[in-house]
Amino acid sequence: MTGLLNVLVGVVMGLNLVALAGGRLPLLIRTVAVQGVVLGLMPLILEHGALDWKLAAVAVATVAGKGLLIPSLLLRALRVARIDREVEPLLGFVPSLLLGALGTLAAVGLTEFLPLRPEHAATLLVPGALASVLTGFILLAGRVKALSQVCGYLVLENGIYLFGLLLLGSTPLLVESGILLDVTVGVFVIGIIVDRIQRTFDSLDTRRLTVLRE
Amino acid sequence: MNEWLSWSLIGVPLLGAGLAGLWPDNRSRPWLLPAVGAVHLALVTALALKATAVAPQAWLGFDPLARAVLPAVSVLFLGCAAYAVTYLRIRAERPNRVFVAMLLTALGLISAGHQARHLGLLWIATEAVTLACVPLLHFNGTPRAFEATWKYLLVGGTGIALSLLGSFCLGYASLHGGGLGDLTFAALAAQGRELSPPWVLAAWVLLLAGYGTKMGLAPMHTWKPDAYGEAPGIVGALLAGGVTTVAFTAILRVRAVVGAAGAGAMADRTLLALGLFSLTVAALFLLGTRDFKRMLAYSSIEHMGILSLGAALGGAGLAAALFHVWSNGLTKGALFLSAGNVRRVAGSASMDTARGMARLTPWSAGLLVAGMLAVTALPPFAPFFSELQVVRAGLAAGRGWAVGLFLLCLLLAFLGMTRVVFGVVEGRPAPAVQRQAARFAETAGVLAPPLALLAASLALGLFRPAGLAAAWQAAVAQILQP
Repeated sequence: MTGLLNVLVGVVMGLNLVALAGGRLPLLIRTVAVQGVVLGLMPLILEHGALDWKLAAVAVATVAGKGLLIPSLLLRALRVARIDREVEPLLGFVPSLLLGALGTLAAVGLTEFLPLRPEHAATLLVPGALASVLTGFILLAGRVKALSQVCGYLVLENGIYLFGLLLLGSTPLLVESGILLDVTVGVFVIGIIVDRIQRTFDSLDTRRLTVLRE
Repeated sequence: MNEWLSWSLIGVPLLGAGLAGLWPDNRSRPWLLPAVGAVHLALVTALALKATAVAPQAWLGFDPLARAVLPAVSVLFLGCAAYAVTYLRIRAERPNRVFVAMLLTALGLISAGHQARHLGLLWIATEAVTLACVPLLHFNGTPRAFEATWKYLLVGGTGIALSLLGSFCLGYASLHGGGLGDLTFAALAAQGRELSPPWVLAAWVLLLAGYGTKMGLAPMHTWKPDAYGEAPGIVGALLAGGVTTVAFTAILRVRAVVGAAGAGAMADRTLLALGLFSLTVAALFLLGTRDFKRMLAYSSIEHMGILSLGAALGGAGLAAALFHVWSNGLTKGALFLSAGNVRRVAGSASMDTARGMARLTPWSAGLLVAGMLAVTALPPFAPFFSELQVVRAGLAAGRGWAVGLFLLCLLLAFLGMTRVVFGVVEGRPAPAVQRQAARFAETAGVLAPPLALLAASLALGLFRPAGLAAAWQAAVAQILQP
């Protein structure tokens, strides 16, 4: 199963780069949604032998939350708030991609220094996690619009989820609690929608959120 | 019995929050705050009077660390709750259902965070309290408040995500060392040197960055000035004296595990560096800011730096830091509430428009000055004594240069804060401000709570009950010899 798992982690890492290169918000949102679905499949193919209800529940919750619910909320925000579809990078697409690719290489390199249990040594989970966390940070810091920052946060969160897969099954509560991060994202998006409905923000451009500087 | 009481510290505020959600009347709803606050304080006092052992495998319990810190938060909450009754009457135009419910939820979750003895449970409590504070910050509903809330969510959310990743790393350190998946701090510490060192290191860095963001240590402090500047005074007081302390005790609990794993010296060095950096950043910004609510935020960063510095200085320093949690929380409470009064009369928190407040709102201005002097370590208020203990611990630990930098930062902070506060208090008020000042009378409802908190700070400075010092020592023992 490790082979298949590594293929899926590879897909996630590829989607990171797509997210960095994407110039349109709907594309970015859908990329993150596909990433969520791929992540949701992973618990089902972990080498735990029999598929128990807990793994199945995590898989269903992940696909539903990251793959369907949050992306549809984001797309709804895009529509309701009539946000312009361009991503508007603060850090250009090419530098973002280069940084992301370098980061992915660095993640693979760094993993060499971290001791892993024998059953995890052959998987790409740790480099995949580190690369996604880094991609998330690039999107958080390098994009202007609130919605693309939320997407960055989602990628960051997906990286943490990948890492959590190492612990799934052995540590009660800890990994599952990560679902709360999705709730945070929900609050983000609802905040955008509510605020947009209540007030007239022109473009929901976080550069305009600069009354408070120092 | 005790287990039941310690759950009720969480349950009672959450029930109160549910009740607030159902309560139909906007005018009488705020009374739930002092009612629940008083019950909470009574429960905490009942628990704190006698130290009792907590089962090591318990996920939640009123252990020595909770006993050393949670009562201070409870006192602060009661002060803020009493103030909130009058505050929400003044702000009667805004619906307060969500505000009251979320204040009570935050109290319940803070109680859970302080009592959490399990890595995952601690994270859940911190995450939930972060989310509960979002509507509190947004209470004023202005675009500036939205901007501050957005920054708080973005920076705080990232911090929370990092601390989850750090928790995973610590969990993996345990798993790699042959652990069986028991993530109570007691079990992790019991594994000691079997924890995989590279993973412990990664966990410490991530958890310190994550919970440090929640504490508001520099350079992860960027949400703080905006949040404190735009939120109502009560919310600022609770963030500065309540929510941040949850993150601080979280760091202390993790520090206990890292120490047991044999990396305590490394942990102390990072705490020392972060503490001094926060102090320096705060002192420099305090010299420049012209807004007295943002000034309180930088002062909070400064005091979080003091906590971090104290925690880096061994047993005596840790005890001083726990003492400082109390003195900072109570004094900051008085300061935030009186600053809220002044801000309301002045119509702005900038010293460019707010002048001559001693004439318009003499009592609140007096409290603001007294609170400012107290928090900048004027004896005999409590911060003077707790900071003195930090200095002593630093000298005893042979960190003379750190103590020197610490004292320099305190001096700069004092200069910066007196500049702002006296700028606001003295002088002649603008005519427009004078006209609107008549709308906000200085009633006992807005003066008594900050006065009581300041009196508590003074009392803590003058007579420290022996039981309290013993409770701090017991908490230090829990951290250093888990």
